[in-house]
Amino acid sequence: MLSTSGLSVEKLSARRRHPLAALVALLIALAASGGLYAAFAPTQRAQANPAQSLAIDQGRKLYEVGCSTCHGPSGQGSHLGPSLVGVGAAAVDFQVGTGRMPAQQPGAQVPKKKPVYSQPQIDQLAAYVASLGPGPGIPNPSQYAPGDVAAGGQLFRTNCAQCHNFAGAGGALSQGKFAPELRGVTPKHIYEAMLTGPQNMPSFPDTTMPEAQKRDLIAFVTHTTNPATNPSYGGLSLGSLGPVPEGLFGWIFGLGVLIAASIWIAARTAKARK
Amino acid sequence: MSTHSSAEGASADRNRQPNPGERIADWADGRLGIYSLAKSNLRKIFPDHWSFMLGEICLYTFVIIILTGVYLTLFFTPSMNEVVYHGTYTPLNNIRMSEAYKTTLDISFDVRAGLLMRQVHHWAAIVFVAAMFVHMMRVLFTGAFRKPREVNWLFGFLLLFLGQFDGFMGYSLPDDLLSGTGIRFLEGAVLSVPIVGSYLTMFAYGGQFPGTVIIPRLFTVHILLIPGIMAGLVVAHLILVFYHKHTQFAGPGRTEKNVIGMPLMPVYMAKAGGFFFVVFGALALISAIAQVNPIWAYGPYRSDQVTTDAQPDWYMGFSEGLIRIMPGWEIHFLGHTLELGVFIPLVVFILVLVAIAVYPFVESWVTADKREHHLLDRPRNAPVRTALATAWLALYLILLLGGGNDLVATHFQLSINAITWIVRIGFFVLPVIVFVATKRICLGLQRRDRDKVLHGRETGVIKRLPHGEFIEVHERLPQERIYELTAHDQLQPLELPPAEDRTGIPRKVPFSEKLRAKLSSVYFGEHSQVPKPTAEELEESTSQHH
Amino acid sequence: MTHQDNSPEERLPEAGKPGKPPKLADPFADPGLPPHQPRRQDIDERAAKRSEHVVARLFATAVIAAFGFIASYVLIPKEKVVFIFPVGHVSAQNFALGGTLGIALLCIGVGAIHWARTLMSDVEHVSERHPIEAPPQVRQQVFADFQQGAADSAIGRRKVLRNALLGALTIVPLSAIVLFRDLGPLPEKKLFHTVWSSGKRLINMSDDRPLRPEDILVGSLTFAQPEGVHESDADFQVVMAKAALMIVRLIPTEIKDKQSADWGHQGILAYSKICTHVGCPISLYEQQTHHVLCPCHQSTFDLADGGRVIFGPAGHPLPQLRIAVDSQGYLAAQGDFDKPVGPGFWERSA
Repeated sequence: MLSTSGLSVEKLSARRRHPLAALVALLIALAASGGLYAAFAPTQRAQANPAQSLAIDQGRKLYEVGCSTCHGPSGQGSHLGPSLVGVGAAAVDFQVGTGRMPAQQPGAQVPKKKPVYSQPQIDQLAAYVASLGPGPGIPNPSQYAPGDVAAGGQLFRTNCAQCHNFAGAGGALSQGKFAPELRGVTPKHIYEAMLTGPQNMPSFPDTTMPEAQKRDLIAFVTHTTNPATNPSYGGLSLGSLGPVPEGLFGWIFGLGVLIAASIWIAARTAKARK
Repeated sequence: MSTHSSAEGASADRNRQPNPGERIADWADGRLGIYSLAKSNLRKIFPDHWSFMLGEICLYTFVIIILTGVYLTLFFTPSMNEVVYHGTYTPLNNIRMSEAYKTTLDISFDVRAGLLMRQVHHWAAIVFVAAMFVHMMRVLFTGAFRKPREVNWLFGFLLLFLGQFDGFMGYSLPDDLLSGTGIRFLEGAVLSVPIVGSYLTMFAYGGQFPGTVIIPRLFTVHILLIPGIMAGLVVAHLILVFYHKHTQFAGPGRTEKNVIGMPLMPVYMAKAGGFFFVVFGALALISAIAQVNPIWAYGPYRSDQVTTDAQPDWYMGFSEGLIRIMPGWEIHFLGHTLELGVFIPLVVFILVLVAIAVYPFVESWVTADKREHHLLDRPRNAPVRTALATAWLALYLILLLGGGNDLVATHFQLSINAITWIVRIGFFVLPVIVFVATKRICLGLQRRDRDKVLHGRETGVIKRLPHGEFIEVHERLPQERIYELTAHDQLQPLELPPAEDRTGIPRKVPFSEKLRAKLSSVYFGEHSQVPKPTAEELEESTSQHH
Repeated sequence: MTHQDNSPEERLPEAGKPGKPPKLADPFADPGLPPHQPRRQDIDERAAKRSEHVVARLFATAVIAAFGFIASYVLIPKEKVVFIFPVGHVSAQNFALGGTLGIALLCIGVGAIHWARTLMSDVEHVSERHPIEAPPQVRQQVFADFQQGAADSAIGRRKVLRNALLGALTIVPLSAIVLFRDLGPLPEKKLFHTVWSSGKRLINMSDDRPLRPEDILVGSLTFAQPEGVHESDADFQVVMAKAALMIVRLIPTEIKDKQSADWGHQGILAYSKICTHVGCPISLYEQQTHHVLCPCHQSTFDLADGGRVIFGPAGHPLPQLRIAVDSQGYLAAQGDFDKPVGPGFWERSA
């Protein structure tokens, strides 16, 4: 997949119509699924590993203190929180790593905050939750290494911009829920969010959004949300929220300044006496 | 006749060796008659008030929009032909886009100062419509629309109306993801028109949405048709301003029969000419500092893509609010669909604007006032008009809020559904509350004016009377102030003729007359104005105080 | 430069007390225009000189800024980005060009206004108004002229002529209406169909491969286009404006609408991505509530209940595409949408 990302769109679509395209696509798909298997294998194999069982034990202890009130003593869930059986290590790494879990209070949506646990603790928690049932594992850095920005932009506008806004500034959902802004989210967490679909976000599993496309998306998001790589060429970005802040700015600093000028122009000049 | 006499004067002057400037002027006068034009206008008097400059902001932004717009057309290709981008803005390399979008990218990244011109054009458009809006509110709140200026009010209204639509079309031209979404909304809105909706969309888009012709067509309308009509209206608007002479607020020496201020040449040439540069300069600075419509960030339009924060520019915001708060009503009958969820907002959008356009005629009918008015009302002295205008403004503002309900939701951590409900209720309730509150405030201010005239100004000086009582000394207002506070006239409610005529036969009063009498008492009845102090009252209170 | 210098204006201070002189008895009388007061600059030549210097310096600054503008245009590379506090990372050229142009124009404007405010005469002049309405004799004259003209034309007498002219002027412009016929085709049944047809596979828009049911997990969201459609096609935008699909998978027991469940495949449901309100590509899918929200006007649909509208201005449910698995295990459409996708229109039945 990587090699094709350098081709122009025209060439690519022309090749798609080639009689052998289906065969090539099948081979690529096979290769990709093999790679996927290889990527997932370590976390599943690791369960036999003694160091890993120690991590699971440590994770269970942390879990009992910090998580069991809502998610139940053995992760089966309760009325306060969903079951964690089968959510996988990736979900734990995302939810705890972005500070969303443990949640402070129930509400329309659990916002991100400063993480409560250190990364080793998160890994232990993830190992424990992963042991409850098979689920997506924590991706390794090669999986979320940034891909092609332009291709990622196209994918982003099809799959993500409707909620997260064209520049990843976030947006509103129904009943007080919202799609958070994407600035400062690490590539790993972006990958995990797509993989696991945290809270109301749908998931984009590798079966429908393969790793190469995820890497393109990550490239676009990290590129777009970083002002150093994506300057706001024309001046203040005004939050990248579209025409509403532009209108406000135009009223306050455009018309406002000009009305102030009108007041100065029409005011009487100071008189000599008095 | 004046041409003739001035020509004679000129020939008399000619013995005194006219200088080159005079000779050019003579040449022009012989062909264009400029002297008679200049005679009445060179020293034309304009009154000074900051709110009289609002119209100038509109005029200058309009000129700036045309200047920058012409520059943009030199580089913009209004075409929906698709190309694959390979250019300066690498995050869009290999992406398929229309030529309209590509050339807008080129203007932004490859034409030096192109981005600046785009931004000045867009910021100027935002300020243009905002200034027209505030200008119209100034005219509305001060009653400057009254006879003889009703026609000019309509010209101004048409300028606002056309300005909004031209802005919307300009927003649609670059074919980015937001502008395409706007064009798509337009399709849905036109489709909702009963009976002919699908025909109109097929004709407008040259087939099914999006087709390949809508942007070239909008381009022609945006740069030629609408600006042409607007330029004509601007000229007519200005001619009438000159012809009617400017209104002024009442003040010492300022009456219905005169206009007091400074002459066009030189003071207003310098002030107004200077203001043009100030407006242009301020817009250039804003365009250096703040980004507007970053089309490269939105991406090219694709009919299966969308971004949140999909709003129009501010002046279409109230129609956006109308659409967002509308419940999804749809009527099915005889195999047809009436798409009220879109069509009702479309109609209400027009009605909200028409309501303000026809107001001068409604008021003139209610008051049955046939006099010319050149003195402006202080808003408090026309409580019902002020209250109506404020209620309209409240309606407009809450719809504007509704148009941004998603941003309100995310920035104030509220539920979008709750905000939508608040706007739905507010649409009906808020104007009523605002009407009542504004009228009361106006009456309170009228009472205060009355007290000031009768009892004078509080001096802050406390005196102790011989019997120990403390009083604050009031000082009679200067005559100028008394005049200002009492110069307005107070109309009395119309009265219906007696129910029977002189011969005792019952008179038939048409319903419209009854309605007018009723409305007249709403406007000018005892609950709608505080009587101005009479000379006797002033006499009495003065003698009491001293 | 002094204030009271003899202006050529005919109607000067005398008109300060306009109209009738105030009755002494009237306590609310207009006291008339107050006498003019000189400004500092009018009586103090040094103050006037200071104003003059300020204005001159402003104009000079405008010249310097204009040179700055030209220099920025020529010297600054257009791709250069600089960090300007507190604005952020911006195009150096846009900032420099806008800044210099703004300063140049502002200096000219402020200079001219300062000149007018401090150095030009600020004596207020009075100009009398004249009624807009013409006096009665003029009105009569115009009416008489008009009647004479009308009589001369005989338009009132020769009724046949008049009516024939009116008829011609009414009918001839009608020919302009037909000019607009070729703006576009007639709607016919175009709005009722999409390119979906029986057997067309659902192609994943992320990787351009046909979708299999096992690819689509519960809680996931996938966008699909019809087989055989390519971004480079000339009609791609028109096709996708109606054919775009949104595919979700629900646990079959969560699907409340029986027909909806039947039209899917083991909980996989394919809905139109085009909002039924005004046609925005709706796709803000909340996987826990199964609600999908439109970013344009917040119409909300319940995908677990046949795409029913639960909030907002949309008037009818999101159309669902009937899908099944073909012989090679791919998801494929079982036909076109049973109802027109997108916004409602007059010819649409229910």
